[in-house]
Amino acid sequence: MSTESLRIVWIYPDLLSTYGDRGNALILARRAQLRGMPAEVLEVRSDEKLPTTADIYLIGGGEDGPQALGAQRLIADGGLHRAVAQGSVVFGVCAGYQLLGTSFFAKGARCTGLGLLDISSDRGPIRAVGELAGEVDPRLGIPHLTGFENHGGRTHLGADVSPLARVTAGVGNDGTTEGAWRGKLLGTYSHGPALARNPALADLLLRWATGIHQLPALDDTWAERLRSERRAAVAAAARP
Amino acid sequence: MPLRAKVASSVSRTAAALSRAAGRGDGSVIGGWIGLKIDPDLLAHLSAGRAIALVSGTNGKTTTTRLTTAAVGVLGRVATNSFGANMPTGHTSALAKAGSTPYAVLEVDEHYLAQVLESTEPHVVALLNLSRDQLDRAKEVAMMAQLWRAALVRHPDIRVVANADDPMVVWAATPPADPAQGHIPPHVTWFSAGQRWHDDSWVCPECGSTIQRSGEQWWCTGCPLRRPAPQWTVEDDGVLDPTGAWHKVQLQLPGKVNLGNAATALAVAAEFGVRPVDAVSRLGAVTSVAGRYAQVDRDGRNIRLLLAKNPASWLEAFDMADVAPTLLSINARDPDGLDTSWLFDVDFAPLRGRQVLITGDRAYDLAVRLDVNGVPFQHVRSFDEAIRAVPPGRLEVIANYTAFQDIRAELDRVN
Repeated sequence: MSTESLRIVWIYPDLLSTYGDRGNALILARRAQLRGMPAEVLEVRSDEKLPTTADIYLIGGGEDGPQALGAQRLIADGGLHRAVAQGSVVFGVCAGYQLLGTSFFAKGARCTGLGLLDISSDRGPIRAVGELAGEVDPRLGIPHLTGFENHGGRTHLGADVSPLARVTAGVGNDGTTEGAWRGKLLGTYSHGPALARNPALADLLLRWATGIHQLPALDDTWAERLRSERRAAVAAAARP
Repeated sequence: MPLRAKVASSVSRTAAALSRAAGRGDGSVIGGWIGLKIDPDLLAHLSAGRAIALVSGTNGKTTTTRLTTAAVGVLGRVATNSFGANMPTGHTSALAKAGSTPYAVLEVDEHYLAQVLESTEPHVVALLNLSRDQLDRAKEVAMMAQLWRAALVRHPDIRVVANADDPMVVWAATPPADPAQGHIPPHVTWFSAGQRWHDDSWVCPECGSTIQRSGEQWWCTGCPLRRPAPQWTVEDDGVLDPTGAWHKVQLQLPGKVNLGNAATALAVAAEFGVRPVDAVSRLGAVTSVAGRYAQVDRDGRNIRLLLAKNPASWLEAFDMADVAPTLLSINARDPDGLDTSWLFDVDFAPLRGRQVLITGDRAYDLAVRLDVNGVPFQHVRSFDEAIRAVPPGRLEVIANYTAFQDIRAELDRVN
């Protein structure tokens, strides 16, 4: 951690905050605070300079225009690249996931991404809208992924990244894999928000950020009920 | 009216009556659907000869339509789609059912505004606000503003009554005039209805620069787009008209947002020549609107129903609700939108200190949200359990669309 308090930066909420993305910041801060770890959330708008010394950076979802604009401004700013070089954690969702890659499609044109993850995205035949579920990469040591996806993109993974999960319901990257991760960078198509529906994923980001491998357990009764209910709903929808 | 339209209109009325008699619905959609099958131009035929006002926006359109209907009623009979059936089938049904009336005030789903403008050739259109709603299928806010703008460019003769406090609405209502194309700027009357929700208008729809706010003012930092001076405003518990005269408004509907809706209704009625001094007392006759704001007494509890469909309307609902036990109910069925992520766009902190109950298909999403928000709550499995869990007195119910309809059904479809 950079200082005595955990610093969470929410990148460009003015552009990329379409899917309750504030929730991911709130949940990280809350889960840190419940363990006695002071945490602050810094909202950095797209006309502001990105601080380079935060512990966790969050990028949310958005439509084509804001996504393209967000990527341009992040590339011009350069702060996120410096933060990653210094070992910060980055968590991108949906449009924010795509723009971490080398390229993505927005408004009918190929756009240059930040190149932080070895992924590229193009357009799929149909929009993927609905529940998304998958079995997470066992190396990450967390239970199944649950979320809601809403995107027109398909994402292709290069050799330098691993899929976050193997899809059991929904589309994710391409109907087979979902999300991607490398080092302390992780992206997903899940909202809901993702960290509300996957508290273990929130804790994974906190472990990466703090280097503390044994975080005290929290009471996740409601999140567990939500996860079970969503899992049952997905199973019911899959029955003929 | 051509014969085909007459037949279609008559069949449409019959189908609506059958639907009501069979208890299958309130008949406000099915009649129009059948009528439009017989005569696709039925809505245009039914609109001919009437002076029409359209009311559109993300929030407040049902209530504003009802208030506007009351205000325009000063002049004579007014046809309206008062059950919130706000797509062309609903408009067709409403006009067919009303018979010939000199006036009509129609609530229009924001996605259908362009189409309904074409069919009905209204005298005036009221543009209330645009914010995120039903994330899994609704158009993004900027795209919606673009659609409105394009529709208004094609109809420069229509008078516009628009919300000066919403940058997206202001931009939509002021398309650039192009003298070469014969485009003239639309005639716009601005009202100020306040806007608690700002999270969909930080970026200028014209130039992409940041929009700054200070008090009620807002302006783009990169181009001339800024808040126009409103001619109609809310002041204390009344409305200030363009002449500077203040009219006390005594509503039976709660909240500052409904005072704004009243100002809008008076502004729209003024476009038909209705003087606010003549209309203002009629606004107080509106009690509830398709169950919204309805109050029902049951087992010693006075239950009040508040509909909140999206983040902006949840913020307004917290403002309207009394400090009293509050039941929140969330579903995510098709009409609600399937994605519950938006719950995290709403700050539930105003509910701290109230007894909060939660229910609905997606109560667990709400539970996780409230937990993070530091709002204690109790989960109940039925409306009856909620009633038993609170002391006698006021119970505020805030619910999204189908959850609201479920509870309304428990209360015998209260209007």
